[in-house]
Amino acid sequence: MEGSVGYDNDLNLKATELRLGLPGTEPVSIVRRNKRSLQQVADDDCGVNGCKSDDQNETAPPPPKAQIVGWPPIRSYRKNNIQTKKNESEGGGIYVKVSMDGAPYLRKIDLKVYSGYPELLQAIENMFKFTIGEYSEREGYKGSDYAPTYEDKDGDWMLVGDVPWGMFITSCKRLRIMKGSEARGLGRGV
Amino acid sequence: MNYFPDEVLEHVFDFITSHKDRNSVSLVCKSWYKIERCSRQRVFIGNCYSISPERLIARFPGLKSLTLKGKPHFADFNLVPHDWGGFVYPWIKALAKSRIGLEELRLKRMVVSDESLELLSKSFVNFKSLVLVSCEGFTTDGLAAIAANCRFLRELDLQENEVDDHRGHWLSCFPESCTSLISLNFACLRGEVNLGALERLVSRSPNLKSLRLNRAVPLDTLQKLLMRAPQLVDLGIGSYVHDPFSEVYNKLKIAIQRCKSIRSLSGFLEVAPHCMSAIYPICGNLTFLNLSYAPGLHGNKLMKLIQHCRKLQRLWILDCIGDKGLGVVALTCKELQELRVFPSDPFGAGNAAVTEEGLVLVSAGCPKLNSLLYFCQQMTNAALITVAKNCPNFIRFRLCILDPIKPDPVTNQPLDEGFGAIVQSCKGLKRLSLSGLLTDQVFLYIGMYAEQLEMLSIAFAADSDKGMLYVLNGCKKLRKLEIRDCPFGDAALLEDVGKYETMRSLWMSSCEVTLGGCKSVAEKMPSLNVEIIDECEQMEFNLVDKQKVDKMYLYRTLVGHRKDAPEYVLIL
Repeated sequence: MEGSVGYDNDLNLKATELRLGLPGTEPVSIVRRNKRSLQQVADDDCGVNGCKSDDQNETAPPPPKAQIVGWPPIRSYRKNNIQTKKNESEGGGIYVKVSMDGAPYLRKIDLKVYSGYPELLQAIENMFKFTIGEYSEREGYKGSDYAPTYEDKDGDWMLVGDVPWGMFITSCKRLRIMKGSEARGLGRGV
Repeated sequence: MNYFPDEVLEHVFDFITSHKDRNSVSLVCKSWYKIERCSRQRVFIGNCYSISPERLIARFPGLKSLTLKGKPHFADFNLVPHDWGGFVYPWIKALAKSRIGLEELRLKRMVVSDESLELLSKSFVNFKSLVLVSCEGFTTDGLAAIAANCRFLRELDLQENEVDDHRGHWLSCFPESCTSLISLNFACLRGEVNLGALERLVSRSPNLKSLRLNRAVPLDTLQKLLMRAPQLVDLGIGSYVHDPFSEVYNKLKIAIQRCKSIRSLSGFLEVAPHCMSAIYPICGNLTFLNLSYAPGLHGNKLMKLIQHCRKLQRLWILDCIGDKGLGVVALTCKELQELRVFPSDPFGAGNAAVTEEGLVLVSAGCPKLNSLLYFCQQMTNAALITVAKNCPNFIRFRLCILDPIKPDPVTNQPLDEGFGAIVQSCKGLKRLSLSGLLTDQVFLYIGMYAEQLEMLSIAFAADSDKGMLYVLNGCKKLRKLEIRDCPFGDAALLEDVGKYETMRSLWMSSCEVTLGGCKSVAEKMPSLNVEIIDECEQMEFNLVDKQKVDKMYLYRTLVGHRKDAPEYVLIL
């Protein structure tokens, strides 16, 4: 059907439907002539075919007018799953260094793997083969020569366990297991 | 054969199991029809609106297993509005009222309410198996009813359903007396499950062969479950995240090693890639591996895993495997028959990592390949021609280029020749999905060569009505044709309306067919339901024949217009 996307006898559906291509172009070969493909839109934006820049990866999906309803043909269930996973940014672990006073080398752990302090402390205990002692808000870590500490975003050394877990993993830059008198000082309150 | 007593014929018919063959048997003569119908236990209904439950019950009094499919295939991609239809309740209600001893119900793309599930669970004493694929409309309350009431339940298999998870106690509803479970798949549920109840259930199910967990089942529970069920053949892992230095992980390694029967592995819905080595001991025996829900697994860790899977026959993977990873598959998986590569980033800008190269590598390395679903960045004619030469045994060939009208990037030509090579070489091809820049030419090839083709999916292709005509004229065995965004109009639609009676269904959306054309089909063919899906309800105001129809779905039926269509569906 020649002519513009009119409203006379044409279904208004066409004017509002999401399709490839610029508005105003004729609908005969609906997505075929004079249409920029999804890929081309993306390519133009970054100038390279199959662009791999980090920016492109992180940004939200392309503007709505470039997305086609029902394409690519994957089940809603699967599509929803991808969205959920993206939102949780799976695969981006929070790796921090762990040092222990007296140990010859440092280790690295992924904070995201743990669901809370007990698990984390258990893991560190296993890693360095020692015991941390019991945490109490009042007295810090009792019953051991060691105190787990971390450097926060402000550069201060804090005792592990005081703040909620979620806050901890976002503010922790590195961990240090302090030993001896230094630990006792820190562990037993100010 | 008429001098054989009925019992003998019945015994002979027992050996005939395929639906097609049994249907053929029933057409031979009246007495065969009668014997066949009384002895038939399994019935497959590809379109729930093609027949009524009453007629089903009348014809097959011995029915034990029913398979029903509801919505058209394109409903999977949001092209069909939610409440279009496909309700299972009337079927269950009718079966419950009858004397049918239903034991197995398999549903695909149907709307299943909690009410239906409850009625199902209470109406059939010997009910054994419920399989729901791509269904919706129920919650975990419905599952609780099934668990509580089906005393001899063997199979509860939920695949990719949208379930409203009330985080309830449905698993705890399996009574202590339930020890008959063979298969339990709840991977698609999003909510918490009672882990203790799960452990106890698995402990008292010695016949459990298939267990697919959801994301809420953590690694330490997995380890306990595997210790109790070393006889598993099919395992779906929920969460696979843990500290590789922990005690639990060590225990898991031991537990996995005891599971010498596992042949099928899936899930990894949450995965810590550095823990994969625990899986290696069972990889050598795997015939099916589904990592399509595990985007956290890629790169070297993924390749290393695959290198252990030498006996793989079916592989479902995400495109983050890359062409290089597919090269590893080609070198390792010499028994591969089915490959599905899903997009990990469907709307991403060129981040998808497989191209024609990966496919060519697999085709060269895996001569037994016969089934393909491949989402990719691009495809070339040369590659398709090579694939056609390497793998003449394709039964299913579904290619999806993420940009649906992309030409061959090397030659800038349409992909007609490439797909043409596929249909010419693969004489047994039953299912084909096309994408990329395509003209009428590819349809000429399909009509000429795809003699066994039963299902064809077309999107954004062709130049004129000729394309559709080539297919309708040429593909004698065509059963399902689904078309979107193609310039096919009334001329093509009306050329041979009798053809549609030989098919299950035809879907056309965003094409050029008009209301008048559809009316014409409906008039000429009373044995078809011609449905116009008009979400914007334009039709109400403007019933003009030359108006283009946005979505048309027609299908053959023995029971006329359905009564449950919503307001925006016009049945002509």
